[in-house]
Amino acid sequence: MTDTSSTDERVKEMSGLRRAMIRPELGGMVGVVAVFTFFLLFAFDSGMFNMQGVMNWTTVSAQFMIIAVGACLLMIAGEFDLSVGSMIGFAGMMIAIFGVVLGWPMWIAILITFAICIAFGALNGYIVVKTGLPSFIVTLATLFILRGFTIFIPQTVESKTIIGGIREAAEGDWLAPLFGGKVGGPIFQWLGDNGWISTFTRGNLEGQPVIDGIPMLIIWAIALVIFGHIVLTRTRFGNWIFAAGGDAQAARYAGVPVDAVKIKMFMFTAFCATVFAVCQVMEFGSAGADRGLLKEFEAIIAVVIGGALLTGGYGSVIGAALGALIFGVVQQGLFFANVESSLFRVFLGVILLLAVILNTYIRRLITGER
Amino acid sequence: MEPIIQMKGIEKHFGSVIALAGVTVDFYPGECHCLLGDNGAGKSTFIKTMSGVHKPTHGEIMFEGKPMQFDDPRDSIAAGIATVYQDLAMIPLMSVSRNFFMGNEPIKKIAGLRFFDHEHANEVTMREMRNMGINLRGPDQAVGTLSGGERQTVAIARAVHFGAKVLILDEPTSALGVRQTANVLATVDKVRKQGISVVFITHNVRHAMAVGDRFTVLNRGKTYGTAMKGEISPEELQDMMAGGQELATLEGSLGGTV
Ligand SMILES: Nc1ncnc2c1ncn2[C@@H]1O[C@H](COP(=O)(O)OP(=O)(O)OP(=O)(O)O)[C@@H](O)[C@H]1O
Ligand SMILES: [Mg+2]
Repeated sequence: MTDTSSTDERVKEMSGLRRAMIRPELGGMVGVVAVFTFFLLFAFDSGMFNMQGVMNWTTVSAQFMIIAVGACLLMIAGEFDLSVGSMIGFAGMMIAIFGVVLGWPMWIAILITFAICIAFGALNGYIVVKTGLPSFIVTLATLFILRGFTIFIPQTVESKTIIGGIREAAEGDWLAPLFGGKVGGPIFQWLGDNGWISTFTRGNLEGQPVIDGIPMLIIWAIALVIFGHIVLTRTRFGNWIFAAGGDAQAARYAGVPVDAVKIKMFMFTAFCATVFAVCQVMEFGSAGADRGLLKEFEAIIAVVIGGALLTGGYGSVIGAALGALIFGVVQQGLFFANVESSLFRVFLGVILLLAVILNTYIRRLITGER
Repeated sequence: MEPIIQMKGIEKHFGSVIALAGVTVDFYPGECHCLLGDNGAGKSTFIKTMSGVHKPTHGEIMFEGKPMQFDDPRDSIAAGIATVYQDLAMIPLMSVSRNFFMGNEPIKKIAGLRFFDHEHANEVTMREMRNMGINLRGPDQAVGTLSGGERQTVAIARAVHFGAKVLILDEPTSALGVRQTANVLATVDKVRKQGISVVFITHNVRHAMAVGDRFTVLNRGKTYGTAMKGEISPEELQDMMAGGQELATLEGSLGGTV
């Protein structure tokens, strides 16, 4: 406020702390600091914080981020997509079917896969807005339908549930490196040559740096986070996303095309899942029918840790990205620290509960204890 | 003078409920037209057919002499009709300025890309709210933290700002204090003088008499009667609003305070 003379004298200036409290990202920021402090103290020597270790948990975090951005915008728009994990498996399998089994050029396989998956997203959205059913139920149905096809199709055409040979099929393709490639190779080589990062000292990779580039997966994650954040906070469409999730009826009265906004968000979620899937099959070189299992919940948990309300209308893409970072660091950190990996699930459950409780409290702060 | 909106034989059925059973009213520019009637008479349903929320089951709507088809509130807003709904249509989790411009976000172009102009939105919101006699803590204050009357004022200020031709107010003063009510009535008077057609729904005869040029009473989904200012006394109007029943007996027992 600039014009202090017109402020209502009855309104106490909000304390800085309280003001910071009602930022959706707060929980995520605190969590990131806590998680890094913990692992720096207890797992510093485990290799987690050398070049390779950092690249390892960054990559895992980036995977979570890609699907969290979609889930975040969709949740703020007031809906869920439980079919994200199945969509990942399905998209990967489609790439394999088109690109390997049918032998089409990889770029065509990728584009068609995107088109099919985004169409499924649109269908999810269309059914939700037209029937008024909870998206929870509609996308639960999609979860089973897509997973079923993902198992059925390769079994029928190839009599197996894993199809390999994707990396070979993508050789020389112009589009595939956008998902499976790496950038900055020469920079890392130069860093290695100058001894600033470690290089392999023997074997046929001798002299090459241990990190030979930043995977496109990470670039996608950063780009999607920036894109999502700007759309949400700085555009007209972003205001419509908040409005659609905050109160769909009120938004409609004010002229917001609520149905179109929701359908677009389902399509965007499907897009994010497909990006994840394409990066994954390019990295693994194969598509498996069980890929992406439980990813929908991991995405939703990352979003909730990031401060979004499950009821819609409130949240932050930056928060969701921080949630994904916490996820990646803890999952890989426990691995580096040689902790039994099943404990990761215990951690997930606990942090989810804490995040939801904190968010409910923050919601009361924003709406003035009403 | 040509009416800006003509509502001809509007009927609205919700399943087996007949909310409107043929209402015909003309609205003129520069006039404040009061819609009156008991609870459940169909006033809100009627204005919602004007603002594009409901499609009439039967009947015709003419806007500026042409038949109009409003499939969505978006269309009516684009035509210059702004509405304050009885249930306000505010989103508690969103800031005042985001609510104020919801559906009409100001755009600022940066490098050819279209962005939400938050500075402009904040400035206008603060100014318009101050004009209505409410000092906000800031434009980023969430609507959920406002009092009922303050929320109503935001909704009114928003409608006044965007109602280029027609301003529809569905019981806008129900939660307002004396000063804010006076402000709203003065605002109605001001925009009417600018040639805007105001549709004003109220249960308060004194408010209606203060700003109304024309009065239409609805009763059980039908037009019960229409009168011009000066043709009718407050007492007669009050009796009409109660569906023609004499309020005298009740009034007597309450000492004339109703
Ligand atoms: N969406 C709906 N579905 C079914 N019935 C409805 C619907 N909307 C309104 N009605 C019915 O139509 C009738 C008229 O309602 P309306 O809200 O228009 O009354 P009103 O004159 O605005 O009353 P009030 O003065 O209490 O605001 C009521 O009987 C109501 O129950
Ligand atoms: Mg009403």
